[in-house]
Amino acid sequence: MSKHTLSVLVENKPGVLARITALFSRRGFNIDSLAVGTTEHPDISRITIVVNVIDELPLEQVTKQLNKLVNVLKIVELDASAAVARELVLVKVRADNESRSQVVEIVQLFRAKTVDVSPEAVTIEATGSADKLEAMLKMLEPFGIKELVQSGTIAIGRGARSITDRSLRALDRSA
Amino acid sequence: MTEQATGSHHPQPRTRTAAPAAPAERMTGAQSLIRSLEAVGADTVFGIPGGAILPAYDPLMDSSKVRHVLVRHEQGAGHAATGYAQATGRVGVCMATSGPGATNLVTPIADAHMDSVPIVAITGQVSSKAIGTDAFQEADICGITMPITKHNFLVTDADDIPRTIAEAFHIASTGRPGPVLVDIAKDALQNETTFSWPPQQDLPGYRPVTKPHAKQIREAARLVNEARRPVLYVGGGVLKAGATAELRILAELTGAPVTTTLMALGAFPDSHPQHVGMPGMHGDVSAVTALQKADLIVALGARFDDRVTGRLDTFAPHAKVVHADIDPAEISKNRVADVPIVGDAREVLADLIVAVQADHEAGHKGDYSEWWEHLNFWRNTYPLGYEVPDDGSLSPQQVIERIGQLAPENTLYAAGVGQHQMWAAQFINYEKPGTWFNSGGAGTMGYAVPAAMGAKAGRPEATVWAIDGDGCFQMTNQELTTCALNNIPIKVAIINNGALGMVRQWQNLFYGERFSNTVLHDGAEGVPGSTRGVGSIQNRGTRVPDFVKLAEAMGCVGLRCESPDELDKVIAEANAINDRPVVVDFIVHEDAMVWPMVAAGTSNDEIMAARDVRPDFSDGAED
Repeated sequence: MSKHTLSVLVENKPGVLARITALFSRRGFNIDSLAVGTTEHPDISRITIVVNVIDELPLEQVTKQLNKLVNVLKIVELDASAAVARELVLVKVRADNESRSQVVEIVQLFRAKTVDVSPEAVTIEATGSADKLEAMLKMLEPFGIKELVQSGTIAIGRGARSITDRSLRALDRSA
Repeated sequence: MTEQATGSHHPQPRTRTAAPAAPAERMTGAQSLIRSLEAVGADTVFGIPGGAILPAYDPLMDSSKVRHVLVRHEQGAGHAATGYAQATGRVGVCMATSGPGATNLVTPIADAHMDSVPIVAITGQVSSKAIGTDAFQEADICGITMPITKHNFLVTDADDIPRTIAEAFHIASTGRPGPVLVDIAKDALQNETTFSWPPQQDLPGYRPVTKPHAKQIREAARLVNEARRPVLYVGGGVLKAGATAELRILAELTGAPVTTTLMALGAFPDSHPQHVGMPGMHGDVSAVTALQKADLIVALGARFDDRVTGRLDTFAPHAKVVHADIDPAEISKNRVADVPIVGDAREVLADLIVAVQADHEAGHKGDYSEWWEHLNFWRNTYPLGYEVPDDGSLSPQQVIERIGQLAPENTLYAAGVGQHQMWAAQFINYEKPGTWFNSGGAGTMGYAVPAAMGAKAGRPEATVWAIDGDGCFQMTNQELTTCALNNIPIKVAIINNGALGMVRQWQNLFYGERFSNTVLHDGAEGVPGSTRGVGSIQNRGTRVPDFVKLAEAMGCVGLRCESPDELDKVIAEANAINDRPVVVDFIVHEDAMVWPMVAAGTSNDEIMAARDVRPDFSDGAED
């Protein structure tokens, strides 16, 4: 079992996300995390998909099938060692006058932020790698996590090269 | 699973410069749809009007270039478009209204998707403001057909119609062909817009690769000339690429045996001495064995379907694989390719011919003489054959064989799905490309009649025989009315064994002869109306429905044939009628089986030439 991060550049059109997620499910893949957003080019969206696979061959098959979708411009698998990957969490932790300072200390340790405070709880915003966020949540757990929301992973390759360059040229040619 | 920022995933209007080609004319979206169809060269549309598509049918009435054939069920329109596309090599077109009209197209669209047939389905959709409200006759047909189309479009703006139609035809017909659905909201058809042609296409993510990689071609040529036991494994892609002339040159240049799949019959002449038959579950012993014993398989536009490979882990254990296909996703999907080649079959073959010839000139030419000794032994020892029943009844194989032998030049054949389909594949000789149409991947019963109708509409000069079963025929025979009323005189042979024959064969072989719900011409035992167990001719059943009367009721000539003596006479009679559709009810023996057979899920090594007869491969595996 290994985790793979795919960056998929797609045309920013309605229904494209459904085409991609449906393809994963009908080819028997479970998506671990998914994040969608616009890019520096308004006509291109970027979908970051983290998928758990048992062996490499079916992943190659799903990548090829994804490439066949007319709205897909490019697929790049981001190697963990050559990319920066981040997630965002918002977490509401039980904190009264007695425990609040301890919670805030943990927040500072992980360079997270408190974004809301009330007499019974604080809400914390944190970004980072999946490992870091997991460690922080483990530390917060004893206080009582009332609510947790987590984004999908987004990732970008290290160095000066951009994966959007060539796709943009393709888009310009056709426009 | 987490999801983020879907809110930002909204369409953004894209600024586009208008095409400078022709001056823009004012018209409705519906008029621009018909003008677009005329401009892409669609000359025949099969369909049924209804509420949401109604605006399109008004200008369609005035078109002198587009003929609309009013079918009796949308499924018939879809298969007719498929038959038309396969017979003409052009894109087939079908049209339906929203909701049930569109969902009735689902089966033929799935069928065309599995067999890579270029069709464009145009459906009406409820008005754009009503989408998502569960409006009358609303169905999310784009969502429904997402996994069974090459691509689909929802058009809600009249201005987008010409561009979308151009893109749909382009996508359907290029790369690996396939079905494309265009769903058009009613208000988009009604609204005013401008029309100019050609529109600017906008498909930045669609770039099929057709030119094969030179290094891979050289490697493939080297393997071909080094091999001792090569096989050219030819699939439907060779027909779709129009590469049959190139295939023949390569085959004759190398001297290698050729096997053509169910989807590729006619790509290489059946009568050619290098043709070793059809591979697969009901393939020739010689073709199945050739693949099993080969040291090199050159797959051309074929996809290693389970019906060809049998149990995959025992398929062709000694073979290296050169796999050429226009769809990169097919390569190494089922069987890992040693030499992958992405490209159009015609370009691949053309380049391969040059590379093989260069190798020959350099003194490297494969010697397959020993291989041919084996191939000829298998071919001569286990030819296709059948037993004529000794009770004087008709043998279904003989019926189909005689239809093929008595058919005029340039006859096209369409088959349904089941025993009759396999016999039609086995006992008719296919000498030319584009003469055999069937539902290969999807296995859609009921394909034959509407597909034959589409083929005949596209090639009216050709004789078209639909070889159908009585089970299949009862699914789509209503299109004979369409044929009778629209001067589409097809011929239908009903291979009537009174049963769902292929299922019955499996019950016969694998379910202890317990024929659960496969008898068609009779009711359950003891039920009023049933003749089961009554009368002397146990197997003749009720003759409900009477296919001759049914044919006559639909404006066709109905004929019946029950004994071998009248066979040639009845076929000749059917061949002589060219002003109306003809239906011949051939009452055949119900226990006939399709042989050879590789049982599902078993190895091709376990092929049975006939019941309890496993060919002698001198491998000591017999028991």
